[in-house]
Amino acid sequence: MKILVCISNVPDTTSKINFTDGDTKFDTNGVQFVINPNDEFGLTRAMWFKEKQGATVHIATVGEASVEPTMRKALAIGADEAIRINTAPTDGFFVAEQLANVIKDGAYDLVIAGRESIDYNGGMVPGILATLLGMNFVNTCISLEIEGSTATAIREIDGGKETVQTSLPLVIGGQKGLVQESDLKIPNMRGIMMARKKTLTVVEPVDAIIATKDAKFDKPVAKGSVKLVNSADELVDLLHNEAKVI
Amino acid sequence: MSVLVYTESENGKFKKSAFEVASYAKAVADQLGASVTAISFNADDSEQLGTYGVSKVLNVTDDKLGTFNALAYANSIEQAAKKENAQVIIVSSSTNSKFLAPILAAKLKAGYVPNVVAAPESTSPFSVKRTAFSNKGFAHTEITTETKIIGVSNNAFGVKENQTTAIVEAFNADLNDADFSVKSIEIDKVAGQVTIADAEIVVSGGRGLKGPENWRMVEELAEVLGAATACSKPVSDMGWRPHGEHVGQTGKPVAANLYIAIGISGAIQHLAGVSSSKTKVVINSDPEAPFFKAADYGIVGDAFEVVPKLIEKLKEFKAQNA
Ligand SMILES: Cc1cc2nc3c(=O)[nH]c(=O)nc-3n(C[C@H](O)[C@H](O)[C@H](O)COP(=O)(O)OP(=O)(O)OC[C@H]3O[C@@H](n4cnc5c(N)ncnc54)[C@H](O)[C@@H]3O)c2cc1C
Ligand SMILES: Nc1ncnc2c1ncn2[C@@H]1O[C@H](COP(=O)(O)O)[C@@H](O)[C@H]1O
Repeated sequence: MKILVCISNVPDTTSKINFTDGDTKFDTNGVQFVINPNDEFGLTRAMWFKEKQGATVHIATVGEASVEPTMRKALAIGADEAIRINTAPTDGFFVAEQLANVIKDGAYDLVIAGRESIDYNGGMVPGILATLLGMNFVNTCISLEIEGSTATAIREIDGGKETVQTSLPLVIGGQKGLVQESDLKIPNMRGIMMARKKTLTVVEPVDAIIATKDAKFDKPVAKGSVKLVNSADELVDLLHNEAKVI
Repeated sequence: MSVLVYTESENGKFKKSAFEVASYAKAVADQLGASVTAISFNADDSEQLGTYGVSKVLNVTDDKLGTFNALAYANSIEQAAKKENAQVIIVSSSTNSKFLAPILAAKLKAGYVPNVVAAPESTSPFSVKRTAFSNKGFAHTEITTETKIIGVSNNAFGVKENQTTAIVEAFNADLNDADFSVKSIEIDKVAGQVTIADAEIVVSGGRGLKGPENWRMVEELAEVLGAATACSKPVSDMGWRPHGEHVGQTGKPVAANLYIAIGISGAIQHLAGVSSSKTKVVINSDPEAPFFKAADYGIVGDAFEVVPKLIEKLKEFKAQNA
């Protein structure tokens, strides 16, 4: 089985968010970038398929050279090879088309992406790329088993979960649950050394649709300070008469 | 020209979010000088969408579509969009809508913008405001394709009445076996429970509650309020609560009218997922807990004392205001 894990390079979850250039760009100054958490769960599941079922695991990222440290981290966790598509990932549709092109050429059986990137929260790349390629697609995937060419997945639904069955080739939008929190791997020294020698292929982008453009950003207005109350009585009163939410 | 809205139902009954997206669609249609067509699957009583400004409903009744199937639903919506010459398609932020919208986007070569919080800021260029960076910011996003798909954030626009008469038409899309290549085997869901996605009020517990055996009071508080229950990440990681209840940056987003956090410290990753809720209440024994900085109302105190009192007071309040 040949697996591709799509890795999105995102600001660390603790990052403060600021904008520059007249609020038209995300300010990367002082921001630490990491593997998108949803992709890290997927990558870790891919490692399981590698260890238990002999799968080959590649990763791909659409991004400029600055994303390579994040890609090396994914290689240090255990991916075999990396592909970087050399362009800024400005729009979900555009990113999906770039990935679809690489997937088509690489004949992957399973593509693991994340439910969403925690930066722009587009949640569209896996669905678009599955559709462009005519591959089966399961989103918000919290469990995945593969037997031959049959895949059994559990997906989160509002208020519960659903078990689905389908066949390879398959794309999933993964998230927490795909592996246990404790299964996440921090790369060790050996992994980091080996990652340096692994193949990282740079490919140029193809022409593709750009469907959306973030013209401007802003931040939520700062909150007034909290109103501390002493009793449940007072709280009920405020929720009813002031906030009008009950 | 029309605005097409996908109105979700469950067991034949429209979800509240269906009325919200219909209201939103009406606002977009007014901006464009267009009319609103809804598409519903196995819904009873589709005429009621007229209350929210829908003038036509394409009613799909098909047993094969009794269980949600992203590809088959997306294909049906695609065919409806073509038939109606829809320029804009509106969906909700439910898990199912977020599943099918990208499929639909790819089929229609449409730009899709999720988590939209207000009616379009302009229609030329077509620009919408949405949350980004896990609620730490907003983006004003332009959609440059001819067909546009908007995912409306829950409880952001609200349900607005706009009485029209809805004409209901039967509609059946051409579907084939390949559309059902992902098969539902089993659905595990508690019937009749308010879900985090649909809830107007969410009651959430953190590690401060000490153990799963103490969740009874959280559930009771939720029952009194007609709320959904949620939890912080470590609580679901430790198996105290199901994973589906985990909210935050890496869990479910919460956009409720009221979010009550009990024994939750307010880590940045937690706040990121819940901050678009309108009113936030914190109950925490530590006055220094970061959550107080992000909350509207707070009680500094032991949850095991405060919550039972709150339940009692709310019961009295409900009895008086029933
Ligand atoms: C990559 C990443 C992603 C993450 N994503 C998420 C996410 O999506 N969602 C999320 O929630 N977390 C997330 N986290 C974890 C987050 O950083 C915090 O660890 C977590 O939110 C803390 O949970 P908590 O508030 O329940 O527990 P704690 O931080 O342990 O807080 C417990 C609180 O309970 C209070 N308390 C104790 N006893 C009582 C009492 N008797 N009565 C009242 N209050 C009491 C304490 O004062 C304390 O404030 C993420 C972390 C990482 C690294
Ligand atoms: N620039 C990118 N390069 C590679 N994969 C990406 C990129 N952006 C998004 N993805 C994948 O698509 C998923 C969903 O991202 P998004 O649609 O941006 O929210 C991510 O979790 C990744 O798996």
